[in-house]
This record gives sequence, structure tokens and C-alpha cells, in this order.
Amino acid sequence: MSNHSQAHPAHLQHHFVDSDQQFDAAKMGMWVFIVNEILFFGGLFCAYIVFRAWYPDLFTQAATELNTVWGAVNTLVLIGSSLTVAMAIRSAQKNQIKGLQINLLITIALACVFLLIKYFEYSHKLHIGIWPGAELYTYEGIDHPLAHVFFSIYYVMTGIHAIHIIVGIGLMIWIYIRAKKNEFGSEYYTPVEMVGLYWHLVDVIWIFLFPLLYLIE
Amino acid sequence: MATAEVSNKKTLKVQRFKPSDNPSNTYLTDEKGVWAWMTTVDHKKIGIMYLVAVAIFFAVGGALALLLRTELMTPAKTFIEADTYNQLFTLHGAIMVFFVLVPSIPAALGNFIMPMQLGAKDVAFPKLNLASFYIYVAGAIFTFIALAQHGLDTGWTFYTPYSTESSSSVIWVTMGVFILGFSSILTGTNFITTIHKMRAPGITWGKLPLNVWALYATSIIQVLATPVLAITVLLLTMERWLGFGIFDPALGGDPVLFQHFFWFYSHPAVYIMIVPGFGIISEVISTFSKKTVFGYWAIALSSLAIAFIGFLVWGHHMFTSGQSAVATTVFSFLTFLVGIPTGIKIFNWIATLYKGSIKMDTPMIYVFIFLFLFSIGGFTGIMLGALSVDIHLHDTYYVVAHFHYVMMGGTLIALLAGLHFWWPKMTGKLYNEKLAKIASVFIFVGFNVTFLPQFVMGAQGMPRRYYNYVDQFTAFHQTSTIGSYLLGVGFLIILYYLMHSLFKGAKSPANPWGSRGLEWQATSPPDFHNFDHTPVVIHGPYDYHQPMEEFQLGLAVDTNGHDSETAKEVVDKEREQWKNYSLG
Amino acid sequence: MDRLFEFMLPEAKSPTADSTDALFHFINEVSLVLLIGITIALIYFAIKYRRRSEDDETPVITHNNTLEITWSVVPLLICFVIFGWGYTGWLNLKSVPDNAYEIQVNGFKWGWNVKYDNGAQTLNEIHVPEGRPVKIVLQSSDVLHSFFVPDYRVKHDVVPGRYTYVWFEAEEAGESIVFCTEYCGTGHSDMLAKVIVHTEEDFQTWLEKNGGGVSGTPVEQGEQLVQLQGCTTCHSDDGSRLIGPSFKGLWGSEETLTDGSTVTVDENYLRESILNPGAKIVESYDNVMTPYEGRISDDEITNIIEYLKTLK
Repeated sequence: MSNHSQAHPAHLQHHFVDSDQQFDAAKMGMWVFIVNEILFFGGLFCAYIVFRAWYPDLFTQAATELNTVWGAVNTLVLIGSSLTVAMAIRSAQKNQIKGLQINLLITIALACVFLLIKYFEYSHKLHIGIWPGAELYTYEGIDHPLAHVFFSIYYVMTGIHAIHIIVGIGLMIWIYIRAKKNEFGSEYYTPVEMVGLYWHLVDVIWIFLFPLLYLIE
Repeated sequence: MATAEVSNKKTLKVQRFKPSDNPSNTYLTDEKGVWAWMTTVDHKKIGIMYLVAVAIFFAVGGALALLLRTELMTPAKTFIEADTYNQLFTLHGAIMVFFVLVPSIPAALGNFIMPMQLGAKDVAFPKLNLASFYIYVAGAIFTFIALAQHGLDTGWTFYTPYSTESSSSVIWVTMGVFILGFSSILTGTNFITTIHKMRAPGITWGKLPLNVWALYATSIIQVLATPVLAITVLLLTMERWLGFGIFDPALGGDPVLFQHFFWFYSHPAVYIMIVPGFGIISEVISTFSKKTVFGYWAIALSSLAIAFIGFLVWGHHMFTSGQSAVATTVFSFLTFLVGIPTGIKIFNWIATLYKGSIKMDTPMIYVFIFLFLFSIGGFTGIMLGALSVDIHLHDTYYVVAHFHYVMMGGTLIALLAGLHFWWPKMTGKLYNEKLAKIASVFIFVGFNVTFLPQFVMGAQGMPRRYYNYVDQFTAFHQTSTIGSYLLGVGFLIILYYLMHSLFKGAKSPANPWGSRGLEWQATSPPDFHNFDHTPVVIHGPYDYHQPMEEFQLGLAVDTNGHDSETAKEVVDKEREQWKNYSLG
Repeated sequence: MDRLFEFMLPEAKSPTADSTDALFHFINEVSLVLLIGITIALIYFAIKYRRRSEDDETPVITHNNTLEITWSVVPLLICFVIFGWGYTGWLNLKSVPDNAYEIQVNGFKWGWNVKYDNGAQTLNEIHVPEGRPVKIVLQSSDVLHSFFVPDYRVKHDVVPGRYTYVWFEAEEAGESIVFCTEYCGTGHSDMLAKVIVHTEEDFQTWLEKNGGGVSGTPVEQGEQLVQLQGCTTCHSDDGSRLIGPSFKGLWGSEETLTDGSTVTVDENYLRESILNPGAKIVESYDNVMTPYEGRISDDEITNIIEYLKTLK
């Protein structure tokens, strides 16, 4: 395209024709990425389903070791954070930069609360000998020879989810700094919306993890 | 200045932009120096970097193959130990699959050509594209760390519990593959978005080049399958590191479950490797027959059909593994279904030749080689899909020969066709046609001498991954080894004349093959932004009955006074048809 | 042409092979016809429609529904035939006749340990009667293996932690080779065995002669155990270097381990090295041996040690 002389908005990347195309492309790319995240966790859910089908009693026994109360609190925390991130996007759309910043900060705080609770859950388990993998697992409170398998699945699923939370916090700090620099507004809020989408995904995955791991009867 | 009503809503002013045969500015002259290359976000340069990386890995993988074949000259030890042999075939497989075949066509040629075929300046996410390349490099580094340590001796399939017990550096390689997977995922994500959102005015889904359709199908598989590979190798790493008990029977796991996980990715991965090759074949066969592709929609949609059915057949790698009888039956049945769209493609390509104007230049020679070899690969695939026969042939050299006919006779030959086809576009240079034809003879003969005997010895019972073998197979193995040397010579000739072309080759015109493809309407090598105008497309990519001028249209620029009468006529003539088209 | 296809397969020696072979030939014939058709079409078109001038005009032929349907449906029908044929042949491979004689085969790195119903044991030799269905029950003591007899067209993976099986019926006395077809490490390609087919009478004689398992003095029993357990696959008794250290002169010797320390080969070291071989690895060797924990009794270990003491 030879029309380089035309004035571009600052956020418009060179290879796009206009802002709409850029926004559409970003949104589509994000959705494709989300599909791929779902498949990624899908592999873990498959492993979960297979082992639960093979050893149903293992899952009912081992799940009692998980703290349902804290799991439920964490679920509420994440749902709350999904709400605030949605409000952040709304603020950006309405050009309320202050609201955008505040909502981002609340979301980040909630994410940290989630991690904190997760930290206490993990450290309690590690303390009593529930480690991932047969080699380190020493807990004897569950009368099942494959108890370590349940906790391996528990640790890998919640662990990868926690890594997603940490990545999400990083992304939101990045968005927050850019918001501080006044880069977003009703004209351009693509990154805010993309991070929001990502955060909803992380939330939804937890909403599956919580009942599947904590609430087995 | 001509005007064109592309949809009911928009009217575009178009004019003809004839590509110069002597471009003053190209992507090669625009950003120079090593640092500029390494930090570039230009899809063409990234494509070239991939091509170089893939070529290096291919050379390494090929050298390993020659060592393997040399060892197999005699039934017992020829010159290396059993453990070394096991490492060599593992690395040959892993390098060829993960570092050569998977990225070869999409990431190297696809990156270069696909945005040009869409008339776009770049892929949708150029920085992500560069990141994909470096992620690929990072994955490769991990693999080489493994080599520097204890190597890898598990076979590229990492079957448990051997891989959890092996004393080689399995974790480095699985982490390498894990990282590499993200490169593949990000490229797929990028391509899907690019194809949806970055098409030039006038490129409707029905005018998409078949190469783009093929890459689209490939990208879908990459996005859907690769995450499962990532999680599989992650779990395998955990199994080995901490003893998770998911795949290792000694800890309560199930090795057959690992195979399900592994093949859920690795069978679709076969289509990640071959489907982009189909795209190249369609482009080349149409150009060198100067003829519309026969059955455009059949070829385009069969790629998608393969992509989807390809997800449902992974169990056919496991007929002897102990999976349930019902699963075995269903997987066998579905396997035959995936063969049909592939057959449809072959028939359509042959029908394209009918009444064409066929020129047997090097790319076309490789297409013919492809059609012959890939057909054999396909037929033997049907053989392996048949349950009772597969029980006999599974894990023998018959399987080895089959997948080499598909992966090398298919993907790699298609890659060679594409490389020779687009070489003038990528480098702006012509290569020595005579040497190229000689090399293709070496490749064809060498390939068949190498792999045809493997069908026979496989059917006679020769198992794969064997360091020693019983005497009755000696003649077959020796023939095969000689064939592999011929193949090696063929590739050396190719390397020689391509290097010669790069440094001393004659200058190529913009469109040496007279192709109607949009990428050929840019200069050779292309401008930094591919086109110095926004291309407008009114015809299908294979409409050889339409004059060349009508493929060279672009948005008219006010400051540019070159009004084109031809374009005006074109536009007037096409206007009626255009009403049904909408902008992409 | 038939002779070429027959050349491709080893001589069939079990009724289980018949359906497989017939289907193999059928697919080959159909494929060959199609391949020849494709090749002729390619060459014919390339010559007949070669480019005569750069201005050649070509007709616009976009598609032809009749052709498309034909070349989709006809191959599909052929594929259905092949599927059904393969499926029935495979069902036959899965359904073991009731009167089958059962033999236990245990795959290990790297060999096949064979047990018969009267306690007889062999290594890498499977003795079977002719004209009677034989069911081979497979298990693995370490990694995946695969039991493949080309002459009978049977194959099945040997999976640790579960039983799998194959069956066949040897048609006449003779020998057939057994391969391991699932990659299992250093000795994978040496993991061969033989099916030795006897006449019914000879088989009974053989079985009786070898019944009851190992026998004799402790040293004699130890020697037989070392053979049957496959120890000699990796450990020679004449001082030559195989995958593991040789047994000759091992007893009482001083060995340097991978961590640099030394150990004197005594009863306790040998016992530990049989039950948990990875604990102390002799320098310059790899940790590849399968632990025998749970697979061998204390008496058997004692007998093996007694035998090793004799290999000076």
C-alpha cells in the first residue's frame, strides 16, 4: 500500500488497513488461542476422566483431603475478579480511565488473594506429606495404593491453572501501566479486552476444576 | 481511472500495476545486516530463516539416516554399537518429524507465500510470528542439550515405560518438544487469523488459492492437536521426574493411555505435515498446465475433511497394543474414511492435466514424482488400515516404507516442488534447470531403491528399529542402503545448484512461469511490503482463460496518473458478476 | 504377478494366516491396477498435452459432478469391502478355540521366558504340538515388547501389568522365528525366539522329559535358572563383555562402581544386584537390568549364587 502519507492513529499497526481490521484480527486470534487453551486443559481433563472411571473409590476417598471451604472461597474470589475485569473493559469503552485503573487493581488484588489461599492449601498438603508423584508422596491417611495418582492429577491441574493466574496478573499489571500512560480509551481498548477474555477463560477453567476435584461424593 | 463495484455497497477505483522485472527496492535490500534479519517482523524474512533452519535440520537428520543405512549394510555390527544405533534412529525420527516436517511447508514456504497470496502486507501478528521462530530455536536448543548429555534412545514416540526408565536425557527432549509445540500453535493461530481477516479486496473464500486452503486446514489441526501433545509430554516429564503414576504401570499408570495421548496429537500431526504439501501441488499443477484446477471445491474442502476426520483415527497406530476391540474396529473403519478425500485430490489433480498445456519444468517434475510416490503411500496406508493385515505388518519395515512414501515421497517432494516453484520469487534468481532435472532423477530413483525393498522385507517379517537382523534380509537392506546414497547425492546436487543460483544465478523476471497467482504479480524478489499497492482481485487464482493484465489490478492511487484502459474494460465486463461478491 | 505378491509374504504355516494373505493379495492387486492407471494417465497427458507454445489456450473445465461422485463412491465401496474383510480376519485372530493348549510367555529385556502347564520352562524356545490350537498368554516384566510370528501372521504387544494373548495352529513340524516388534532398548533386535513344532507324540515326550522345572543340586539348579531367567543374554560365563559384567571370575572380585567406590562381590552384593540392580552399578556399564524383586524366590537366589561361585 503506497498511501503511507495518510495519518494513522498511534495504535494502528502498519500492516493493517484500519482499526477495525486490527481489532477484528486481535479478537479472532485471541479466540483461537482460547480454543487451544481449552484443548490443553482438555488433555488433563481426559486423564482425570480416565482415572476417575478406573478408580472411582480412590477419587471419593482422596477428595476428602481437599478443603472444600477454601476451594469455595477461591471460586467466589475468581468469579468476583471476572466481574471486575468485565467492569474494567466497560470503563475503557466509556473512556473512564480512572475506573479502568481501579477495576484492574481490584482484579489484581483478587488474583493475589486466590494465589495466597492456594499457597496455604498447598503448603498444608506438602506439610503432611502429600507431594506430587509416587517418589515424594509419604502421607498415609488415605487407604488406597494409588492415592499418589489422585494428587498428581490434582497438583498438575491446579498447578497449571495457578501458572495461568500468575501470567494473568503479569498481563494486568502491563495493562495497568499502559492505562496509566493513557494509552486506552473508547477509541482503542483492544489489549484490555483481550486480557479480559483470557481472564474469563482462567476463571471458567477453575469453575470446572473446583467441583471435579473438591466436590466428589 | 476505472471504478469497480465490488459489492453492492462499495465502489473501488482500480488500475493495473504491472510488476517490474527490475525492482529497485526489495525486501532483501530494505533491511540489511544480521541484526535487521534477526529482529525483523517481515513474514518473508522469517520464512527464509525457517527455511534455512529446516534445511540445516534436514541435513542433520539426513546424515543420521545415512549412518543408519550404512550400519545396516551387514546383519551384525558394521561400525557402530547397538546403543548408538538406537540413539541415531531416535534422533533421525525426532528431528525429521518435529524440526523438519512439521515446520517445513507451513512455517517456511507458507510464511513467505501465504500473505502474498492474500495480498496482505504481513501476517496478522508479525511479532508473534518472529516469536514463533525463536520458540522453535529454543526447542531446538533443548534438544541439542540432550544430545550433549546422554542423547535420547526411546524412539521418537517416547513410549512408556521405556521412556520413564531410560537412562538417556528424555526430559530435555520432551521439554524441547513442549516448547516447540508452542511455535507450531502460534503459527497456526497466526495463519487462521490472517486468512480470515487479512485478505485483499475481492479475495472471497471461493477465490482463495488452494495453497491457502491447505494451510488453513493445517492451521486448524495445529491449533487443536498440538496442545494435547504439549500436555502429553508435560505429563511424561512429570512421570519421569516425580513418578506421577499416570503412564508408568509400576506406579499404577497405564502405558496404553500414553499411546492414546501421544497419537491423539501425532496422527493429526501426519496431516500437519502432508496437507500443506497438497496446497503446493495444486498451485504448481495449475501453473504448469496453464489451466483451471479441476474440482476447486473438491480439493479445498477435502483438505478440511482430512483435517477433521484425521482427529478420529489415531487408534489405528494401536491395533496390536491392547486397546479395546470396539475401539480397534471403529478406528479401522474411520481410517478408510480418511483415505477417500485424499484419493479425491489425486484424481482431481490428474483431471487438471487433461487438455492442459503441460510444461515439464522442475517443479512439475516433482509434482509427477509426488503423484506417483504419494499414491503408493496411500495404497499401502489402506493396506495398514485393514485390521487383519495390519496385525501382520504393524511395526515392521512395511510401516517404515509406508510412512517414508507419505512423508518423504509426499511432504518432502512437495516441499521440493514448492521450493523450485517459488525460488525465483524468494531470491529473484533462476537456477540451473538441467542440473535440477538431473537431481530429480537421482531423488526419484534413489527414493524407490531405498524404500521399495523395505515393503518386501517388512511383509516378510523384518521388524523396525532393529540393529541386528537375520541373514535372509541382507540383500534387501543392502539395496536399500545403496538407494539412500543415491538420495544423498541427489540432495547434494540440489544444494549445489541452489547455492550457485543464489550467488551467481541469472536474474529472474517477476513471473517466470506465467502464473496467475497473486504472489507472482509482485516483483521478484518482492517489495518490503509485498506489493507497492493494495491488490484487488476479480478472478479466481487459476483463471488461465483470463488475460494476465486482469490479475495485476490494485487500488488506484490519485497521485499516480497511470490510468489503465484495460483495467476499465475489465471492470466493466466483470461488473455484473461482481455484484454477488463482497469484500473479504 | 501372483508370484511377486507371494514372494512378499513368508510361507503361511497356520490357518490364522489364510484370510490375512488373501486380503493382502487383494489390496495389492487393486492398488496395482489403480497405480498403473494413474501412472499411464500421468505419462499420457504429459506427452499428449505438452506445451507447444507459450500462448496455448486451455479449455475451462471447472468440475464434473459425475466424475467426482464416481471417484469418491467407488473407492469408498472398495474400502468397505476391505474393512469388512480385515475385520472378519481379525475377529478370527481374536477368538481362541476352546481346545487351545495354553503356554505362558513372559517377555523381559531381552528374551522370552516360556512356561508350560506341567511346570516345564524354556528360554527363547516355544515348543508346541502340531495340528492343535495354541494360545500364548503374554506378560511383560519390564517395558513394552511385542510378540510377532511372521509365519502365523500373529502379533500382539506385551504390556506390563496386563495379560494379552495370541493364538495359532501350527500346521506341520518345523521351526518358525519369533521377533520382538516393540522397541525395548539395547537388545531389542536380539530378542528373538523360535517356535519349535513337534508332532503330537514328540511333544508329549518332550513335555514329560522337561516337566517339573529345575532340578538337581543347588549348583545345577542355579545353572538352569541362570539360563531360564535369561541372565546369560547379558552376562557371559566365559569372560567376554556383553551388556552386563561377565559371571566368570565375578565371585570374590573387587569391582569399582560408577560413583568411584569399590565393592567386594559377596552374597549380599549379588542378592542386592539381582533384586535391585540399579543400587550399585559397576563402572562403565549402564543401568538397564530389570529388577527381579517379586519375580524370584530366596531359594532360587541362593542357588544362583552357588552356581556363580563355581565360575572361577
